[in-house]
Amino acid sequence: MSEQHGSGHVNDLDFEGWTCPLPLRDTPQVVMGHGGGGAMSAELVENLFLPAFAGSSPGELGDSAVLPRPAGRLAFSTDSYVVKPMFFPGGCIGDLAVNGTVNDLAMSGAVPLYLSTGFIVAEGTEMSDLGRIATAMGKAAEAAGVQLVTGDTKVVDHSSGDGVYVNTAGIGVVPDGVEIGPTRARTGDVVLVSGDIGVHGVAVMSVREGLEFGTEVRSDSAALHGLVADLIGAGIDVHVLRDPTRGGLSASLCEIAAASGIGIEVVERDVPVPAEVRDACGLLGLDPWQVANEGKLVAIVPAADADRALDTMRAHPLGTGATRIGTVVDEHPRMVVARTGLGGTRVIDLPIGEQLPRIC
Amino acid sequence: MKYLDEFSDPDLAQRILERIHATVTRPWALMEVCGGQTHSIIRHGIDQLLPDGVEMIHGPGCPVCVTPLEIIDRALAIAQRPDVIFCSFGDMLRVPGSGEDLFTIKSRGGDVRVVYSPLDAVKIAQDNPDKEVVFFGIGFETTAPANAMTVAQAKRLGITNFSMLVSHVLVPPAVAAIMESPSCRVQGFLAAGHVCSVMGTGEYPALAEKYHVPIVVTGFEPLDILEGIRKTLVQLEEGRHEVENAYERAVPAAGNPAAQAMLADVFETCDRTWRGIGEIPGSGWRLAPAYAAYDAEQRFDVTGIRTEESALCRSGDVLQGLIKPHECAAFGKECTPRNPLGATMVSSEGACAAYYAYRRLELVGS
Repeated sequence: MSEQHGSGHVNDLDFEGWTCPLPLRDTPQVVMGHGGGGAMSAELVENLFLPAFAGSSPGELGDSAVLPRPAGRLAFSTDSYVVKPMFFPGGCIGDLAVNGTVNDLAMSGAVPLYLSTGFIVAEGTEMSDLGRIATAMGKAAEAAGVQLVTGDTKVVDHSSGDGVYVNTAGIGVVPDGVEIGPTRARTGDVVLVSGDIGVHGVAVMSVREGLEFGTEVRSDSAALHGLVADLIGAGIDVHVLRDPTRGGLSASLCEIAAASGIGIEVVERDVPVPAEVRDACGLLGLDPWQVANEGKLVAIVPAADADRALDTMRAHPLGTGATRIGTVVDEHPRMVVARTGLGGTRVIDLPIGEQLPRIC
Repeated sequence: MKYLDEFSDPDLAQRILERIHATVTRPWALMEVCGGQTHSIIRHGIDQLLPDGVEMIHGPGCPVCVTPLEIIDRALAIAQRPDVIFCSFGDMLRVPGSGEDLFTIKSRGGDVRVVYSPLDAVKIAQDNPDKEVVFFGIGFETTAPANAMTVAQAKRLGITNFSMLVSHVLVPPAVAAIMESPSCRVQGFLAAGHVCSVMGTGEYPALAEKYHVPIVVTGFEPLDILEGIRKTLVQLEEGRHEVENAYERAVPAAGNPAAQAMLADVFETCDRTWRGIGEIPGSGWRLAPAYAAYDAEQRFDVTGIRTEESALCRSGDVLQGLIKPHECAAFGKECTPRNPLGATMVSSEGACAAYYAYRRLELVGS
């Protein structure tokens, strides 16, 4: 399954390789007319989006995509992407927008099939930036084996936006017998993560204006449906899956505890936080457990399946760092508690909003 | 991080804990002055591991928490001006003034930016010559040197569209004020290591002598804190009250003379109101007359703004160590990190926020 759908790795993308095709060269920046629905819009679709999506799009330009009806239950998800900066070590907003929605589908066990792509572009955005983003989306979709079947572009004036915002919605099909959902965690279940946490958020922060601290961290942006398919294929009764994006590991665990009405106990020293993430978070006054991930999942599985689930994850290129971090417990329902390295305990809380860097 | 992880080693921590348990023969009340230490103690559960009867009282060393309400209100008044870019450390944005906070100002269109260094604000001023750029210069002796350097640099570069809203506070006068309080229960202090790395340890022997309290300069990692607690307890058990340094790798006795020279040039000592506590004589720094042109309070004429605190909030009692956060009636009910009544519930270094985040399990149950 994983070979078939690809790992979604985007590190080999050549962002510099995109060159503006002829009809667009007269306007090296996006202007309001590119969203006007006229000839300029058509040129943008013909000369920028369709070539960029060539490997992953049927290329038909009706008002809606007409698709065959797949057998089984549908999974449907949407997400908007506003990350700044748009390009960061290990990826960009384009591959993030594909992988993110693919992952949202995968977390219900679905095989992702189709994605829509909606762009809101601020006038003045470099055409080459939009081209690089679209190219990254095309490559990520091809790697993930999903089709970009319909799309839309609007241009807004300077005062209404900055750069490119992307919305993707996705449809997938859930195989018969697969029941993965946030309410299914049960006492005695085991909590697994697929690898190092905090990587994506630190990669993005490392290139934010004024925050150059020389870290080498690259985003973990990747499509996880192959990893999920392997777990399902191995016959593991996966109870809950979450990709810990915004709010990080802390938010995912808190949401699971609340949805299932159970307690979760996490062993702090078992949570894999790479040294460079811990150092960067230490310098910035942030909690790595609350930092976003874009290529990791949290899995809650029955204790009897835990070892097999770990072996299965570790055999997949995106799960080599999989490890057990905690247990579902009867005590403290709806609350996540960490056992600290020193032997104390602390409550893990849902982050309130954005993490605020501490003063000192 | 090398030279940092070693100071969280659980086995070494266990050894220090065993020595602490072997030392203690009766109850003692210790105060860690610094909010960073409070955060570390609660985050790692250190206070749960101490012998019964050894109590950690959380001191007023959270800069966000003690910044007076009227300074926050002045910041809000400045930040909502259309000609201003207001720069601040991140955790000041959610601190409630008497009506709203900086986030609210930002959502209404105010240009409020989070920076990691005051020097970033100077760069923003250079990049935006048609705007007034204001940096919110708060904190203890730790953040003060960089703020002083920033003002000096702005003056040297002749940048006229930069100013600073200054509300610095100083640790030694606060230690004296705590000991002078009739309800004081503190028997020993962990002094804030980072403050001492700037100012040295020279201000503490007189305090230790006058109030008969041991003062141990202490770092922030779990082992640092445990060793600071151990040294303080050993002194108490032996009836001594001296200044000791348990953070020698960062704190020379003389501190940082270059930083001290910069501070002496840019700032002058003043009386300062501490939020929830009241005015402590000689406990603050403000810009010296030579730098008055960079004083945002004067530039924007906000010195007339005066305000009062919420009646429900007992953060003053918490900051003085008179009550623990959960002993406040509003804790976890009217007052949560999401809807903070006082600043101690806002900053992650604030005692109330630390208790709420990490101790809710025991305190308000599930």
